[in-house]
Amino acid sequence: MSKERTYGFETRMIHAGAQPEPLTGARQTPIFQNTSYAFHDADHAASLFNLQTFGFIYSRLTNPTVAVLEERLASLESGRGSTCTASGHAAQLLTFFAFMEPGDHFIASTRLYGGSITQFGKTFRKFDWNVTFVDVDEPEAVRRALTPRTKAIFVESLANPGGVISDMEALAAVGREAGIPLIVDNTLASPWLCRPIEWGADLVLHSTTKFLSGNGTAMGGAVIDSGRFDWTAAGERFRGLSEPEPAYHGLAFHETFGDLAFTTHAHAVGLRDLGATMAPLHAFLTLLGTETLALRMQRHCENAMKVARFLAAHEEVAWVSYAGLPESPYHALAQKYLPRGAGSVFTFGLKGGYAAGVRLVEKVNLFSHLANVGDSRSLILHPASTTHRQLSAEQREAAGAGDDVVRLSIGLETAEDLIDDLQMALERTAVALRQGAS
Amino acid sequence: MQKMNHDSYPNAYILDILKSVQVIAMVGASAKWNRPSYFAMKYLQEKGYRVIPVNPGQAGKEILGERAYASLAEIPVPFQMVDIFRASEAAGGIVDEAIALKDEKQIQVVWMQLGVRDDAAAERAEAAGLKVVMNRCPKIEFGRLNAELAWGGFDTRVITARRRQVRLT
Ligand SMILES: Cc1ncc(COP(=O)(O)O)c(C=O)c1O
Repeated sequence: MSKERTYGFETRMIHAGAQPEPLTGARQTPIFQNTSYAFHDADHAASLFNLQTFGFIYSRLTNPTVAVLEERLASLESGRGSTCTASGHAAQLLTFFAFMEPGDHFIASTRLYGGSITQFGKTFRKFDWNVTFVDVDEPEAVRRALTPRTKAIFVESLANPGGVISDMEALAAVGREAGIPLIVDNTLASPWLCRPIEWGADLVLHSTTKFLSGNGTAMGGAVIDSGRFDWTAAGERFRGLSEPEPAYHGLAFHETFGDLAFTTHAHAVGLRDLGATMAPLHAFLTLLGTETLALRMQRHCENAMKVARFLAAHEEVAWVSYAGLPESPYHALAQKYLPRGAGSVFTFGLKGGYAAGVRLVEKVNLFSHLANVGDSRSLILHPASTTHRQLSAEQREAAGAGDDVVRLSIGLETAEDLIDDLQMALERTAVALRQGAS
Repeated sequence: MQKMNHDSYPNAYILDILKSVQVIAMVGASAKWNRPSYFAMKYLQEKGYRVIPVNPGQAGKEILGERAYASLAEIPVPFQMVDIFRASEAAGGIVDEAIALKDEKQIQVVWMQLGVRDDAAAERAEAAGLKVVMNRCPKIEFGRLNAELAWGGFDTRVITARRRQVRLT
C-alpha cells in the first residue's frame, strides 16, 4: 500500500480542519455561537470530564469553530496540535503557564514586539517568572544565560519591529543541549514564509490578529505544539506536564496523552483556569483569512521589497532594516529561513530623528497611523513614541526601536501609490523640519 | 502480502482494521481509572467494540464490566485484534502467542500501542498472515479518522471535501 498523500500548503490553507458540516452539509465552517454542549448521558458526561473521550463540554475549553482553526494552524505550522486564545498575549501567558513556576527563569531575545518585552519583564515578574533578555544573534550568549531554573528560550522568527531574523536552528540546538524547549513567535513571518517547527522549534506562537486573519478584524492568538518535546525526560522540571495533576485525580498528561499532552493540557488546564478563550466569531474571521494566506503573503512581500528599495535610495532616509535587501546583515538568514520573502513589516531610520518620526506619521495620506501590523492596509508607526514608549532608552535601542525609527507594515495596495505617498510625506516632513529649525 | 511501511500507515489501512474488528483483547489493561489503557478501553467500548482485558494481576476480576484473563489463550471467545499495552521488550512474546492462537481465536490484527514497536515481531506476524500496526493508539486513530480528534485542536491529516455520513437512529 502506498503512503497517505500529503497535501500542499495552499490546499491545507483552505481544507485543513474543515469538512462539510455532517448534519446539514454546510460547506463553509459554521459559527458555533454557543457556550455549552449536551451530554448523551451521565456516563458520557463523566468520560468527558475525565478527559477519557473527545468532545465538547463548555466553550471556555473548546468550541467547534475554534477547533477548526486550531487544526488548520497545526497543519500549516507542521505541528501536532494547537490551542487558540483571545489574543497573542494570551497565547504567551498560556504557554508559559504550562510549565513555569515561581522562581523559574527563561531567556528571551532583546528584539521582540515591545508588548512582549513588557509582558515578560514586568507582568510575568508578579508571578516570580524571571526573564533574561539576550542578544540571540550570539548563541553563546544564550548558553551563558542558562541557569538551573531556565525553562525555555523565546524568540521571534522575524522580529517586530523589523528586519531581524533569529537563527532558529542554532538556538534549537542550544535548547536541546539544555533540555528546554525553543519557543518561536512566528507572527510576522506566517507559516507560508517560515515554519519554525521544521527548524527545530518545539512550540510556535502567533498573534492571529495579524497576517493570519489579515484584515485587521479579529484579535486572537495561538500556540502550536510540535509534539516532540519530551516533558518527562527532565524529571520534575516540567512537572505540570509530567507529574500527576491533582485537578484531574492524579492523571499525568505526558504519560497519558503522549504527543497530544501539551495541547490537551493547554485546553483542559490552561484555558479552563486562565479563561483567555478565542471567540467563535474571531475563529471564523481568522479562518477566512487563512484561506488566502499564501496569496496575500506573496503580495505583501513583493510590495514590501519595492517600498524598501525606494526608501533605501531616499536622501532623507538614514538606513532601512529589511532582511529582503541584499545589504541587510540578516539577508543570509532570510534566504535560509524565509526564502519566499522577508515579510512586510520593517523599519527605517530618518535622518531627522525623533522630530521627523512624529511628523512623518502625520503627513502620510494612504498609510494608516495606528498600532498594528499584518493588515491588508499599509500601516505606519513611530515606535519610540507609541508601542515602545514604556521601555527605557537602552531597551528601545536594543529592541530596534530607537528615536529615529519608523515602522511600516506594507499592505496589499498598488505599490506605486504607497511609494508616492511616502515620497510626498518625506518631502513635507523635511520642509516642516527646516521651517521649524529656522 | 504486501510489505507494510510501519512509519506511515495509509488512512485506508487503519480504517479497514477499525471497521473489520469487533472484539479486542487488550494486553496490559489496567483497572486504575487514570491509566492510559483504561482511557483507551473505555473509549473503544463507547464506540461499540467489546474489549477483553488481559492482565494476570486482575484475572478473574472485572474491568469496565469485562472479566479479565491471565493470558490470550484463556479468553474463551474469538477476538479479531490483540492490542498490546506493554513495553516494547514484552511485545515479541505476546505477538508469538497471538500467532500460535491465530486460527483458534480468529485473530486478524496485532496492534502495538503508542511507543511500542518491535519490527522483528511485526515481520513474524505478517509472515503468519496477520495485519500489524505499531506505535499507534486505536483510540487516537479512531478519533482521528472520525473527526473527533480535531475537536481537541489536533491535526488529523484528513483532507476531504466529502460530506461525512451520519447514521441517525
Ligand atoms: C510579534 C508579535 N507577537 C505578539 C503580539 C501580541 O499579540 P496580540 O496583540 O494579539 O495580543 C504582537 C502584537 O502586536 C506581535 O506583533
